Amino acid sequence: MKVSIFTTCMMDLMFPHVGKNMVEVLERLGCTVDVPDDQICCGQPTFNSGYVEASWPVMHNQIDALSAIDCDYIVCPAGSCTAILKEYPELLVDDPNDPTGDYMARAKILSAKTYEFSQFIWRVLGIADCGAELDTVATYHRSCHMTRLLGERETPFWLLENVKGLEMRQLDGIQYCCGFGGTFSVKEHEISELMVTSKVENIEKTGAETLISCDPGCLMNIGGRFNRLGKPMKIMHIAEVLNHNVDESRIKKISEVATPAPAPFP
Amino acid sequence: MGLSTSTLPFKERIAAAAKDKFAHASIAKAQDTQYTKRENARAELGNWQDWRKLGQSIRQHVIQYLPDYLEEFSDNVEKRGGNVFFAQTTDEANDFILNVIKQQQGHHVVKSKSMVTAELDLDKKLQALPDVSILETDLAEFILQEDDWDEPSHIVFPAIHKDRNQVHTIFKKLGYEGDNDPEHMARFARKYMRERFLEADVGITGCNFAIADSGIINLDTNEGNADLADSIPKAQIVVMGMERLVPSMKEAEIMDNMLARSAVGQKLTTYVTFEGQQTPGETDGPENFYVVVLDNNRSKALGTEFQEILQCIRCGACLNVCPVYRQIGGHGYGSLYPGPVGAVLSPILGGYEQFGELPFASSLCAACTETCPVLIPLHNLLIKHREVETDRLNMMHGFTDFQMKVVGKGTSSPFMFKMALRFKHFGLSPWTHQKPVTATNFFEYNNSMITKGPGMVGGWTDVRDLPVPPKHRDDFRVWFKHHKKQGGDAK
Repeated sequence: MKVSIFTTCMMDLMFPHVGKNMVEVLERLGCTVDVPDDQICCGQPTFNSGYVEASWPVMHNQIDALSAIDCDYIVCPAGSCTAILKEYPELLVDDPNDPTGDYMARAKILSAKTYEFSQFIWRVLGIADCGAELDTVATYHRSCHMTRLLGERETPFWLLENVKGLEMRQLDGIQYCCGFGGTFSVKEHEISELMVTSKVENIEKTGAETLISCDPGCLMNIGGRFNRLGKPMKIMHIAEVLNHNVDESRIKKISEVATPAPAPFP
Repeated sequence: MGLSTSTLPFKERIAAAAKDKFAHASIAKAQDTQYTKRENARAELGNWQDWRKLGQSIRQHVIQYLPDYLEEFSDNVEKRGGNVFFAQTTDEANDFILNVIKQQQGHHVVKSKSMVTAELDLDKKLQALPDVSILETDLAEFILQEDDWDEPSHIVFPAIHKDRNQVHTIFKKLGYEGDNDPEHMARFARKYMRERFLEADVGITGCNFAIADSGIINLDTNEGNADLADSIPKAQIVVMGMERLVPSMKEAEIMDNMLARSAVGQKLTTYVTFEGQQTPGETDGPENFYVVVLDNNRSKALGTEFQEILQCIRCGACLNVCPVYRQIGGHGYGSLYPGPVGAVLSPILGGYEQFGELPFASSLCAACTETCPVLIPLHNLLIKHREVETDRLNMMHGFTDFQMKVVGKGTSSPFMFKMALRFKHFGLSPWTHQKPVTATNFFEYNNSMITKGPGMVGGWTDVRDLPVPPKHRDDFRVWFKHHKKQGGDAK
């Protein structure tokens, strides 16, 4: 199975280990991985800030870049960027710079084969247990765009359920945004501070020593706040968890494990 | 104060809200309580997602044919002997209402809850009348009135920012001598109000839905105060936004159901009233029935990308799920309509000059869109407002605007992005601060922090540390090329 990595600008600029862990996990599960060279960003930083005209070239570049390599699937380490790429066909309806509809046509193809990392493992590869082991007490931050725009509420919980040694604690106020929101965190930093403060308090209340999420933006926000406060917290992207201390003999398909527990409401 | 509830600049309102730990705790508690009640009440109904589509289709249909339904409603009110006044502005509405009170020789006005009358700043206009007393009879509005006309901070729970102790203090001024038990205080308010109801000559109410095919209105309350306001006084003035129509009772029943479950987590509100001009043979209801239909820029949304906001049924669910509302409360927004719906609606009603900041006061988490019973894509409408302000009205200026344009260029040109990858580490090194990393693992390649950054980065570092971007040789793309050469993808 040929998989292209949709790297996201944030991973490229800030968090290379997320990409490395992701590639190692995917290769271990039998994928042939490639990284389209000219890709940059999904366009959210400008689009969500109202700079819509400036966003068309960003989306066009992303479509060109991701279409340049033939692949079966595109996998992304961020729920938010995945969600917006899947929304491209709706967004491009307003695009004045696509007279032939060529970008729209390719956006539809890309949109259909793009998955967030954890949902790709569960829903496409059909893997339930990546063979990972991590001895820690952890809680999970559910990112808004992954949950509400991408509609993925379950797969991270199911995958984490099968990590050996991992004890998961439920997070109060899991439905509330951490205050990242892209440029919101900078422009409205006063409100963002109140939100991330509340999130940090709820995380501390769980007694967890590790925070896991599928969105590097949220982790940079919450982690940055923990660091500002000088408080210890192990911040891990799910790819790092699923690539930790792996015993390949334990890798299991969904059909080989007990039925996964339903994800906690909401 | 009408649509605007504060004269303070936006950032000062946020600072004030941040300091008000008390209001913050009240709001958080109310949100959490409502969460369970609302979700349970909706689940009880079954197929909630289908109900939402039905609610959306009813409201979209009405908005699509709004002029026709307004005409039908108006004709039917007049057929029953009532009067309809179409007010384009708040001034026109106020003039009409004050005239009616004068004509009716009204001296004692009782009001039930109505956001539109707050939009008109009607209370203040009525207070200015000699020989006219005014009483807010919705318990929460009554509390606000008695607290020197404090501003509401929620469209369904106007006094959500107050707790029982504050209410206790307010009631003591009215002669209340009991404890702070809500039941005791409510009993006191009931008695206090009842005397005033009996002497009332004009009742002013809002309108949850106006029924086009019968010329009557539908009111949903839990206190029954609206029913007294429309049945005791001989004259009733209904004040409604021009979009609040349903074709017939059939649709009203559906919308009432969805409204009560979404707004207060009940199957229906305690009182669900349908009423209008008293007709021959009827024993109660107002002898003189007036309806004021207010535009106040609502029609500006018709035919635009913002039209969907007119579907709103004012259930307030979007406020109750909003993480920003949770933190800054209604007063932080500075608009009578706060929260997500307010951030979309206020700039339409009051203009971008005054409310242009509100669409940016959202992390676009989409909790509002997820909960809206009539499927308004609220977070997308916020982005649309941002687009109007940025691309069409050129309201963004200065260094921030410049930086956003650089981001646009940098994220559309592979050449520029690759340069950025090359220089990001050293580019930000002047701001690097050696600081122990307590948030481990995720920042392992970054190993030093920026605690006070330049430009837009400064907004970030006011709140949290920013990891220093890794050196180019540690980048993912560099690693991947090397990894591939070593046969990493051989499988």
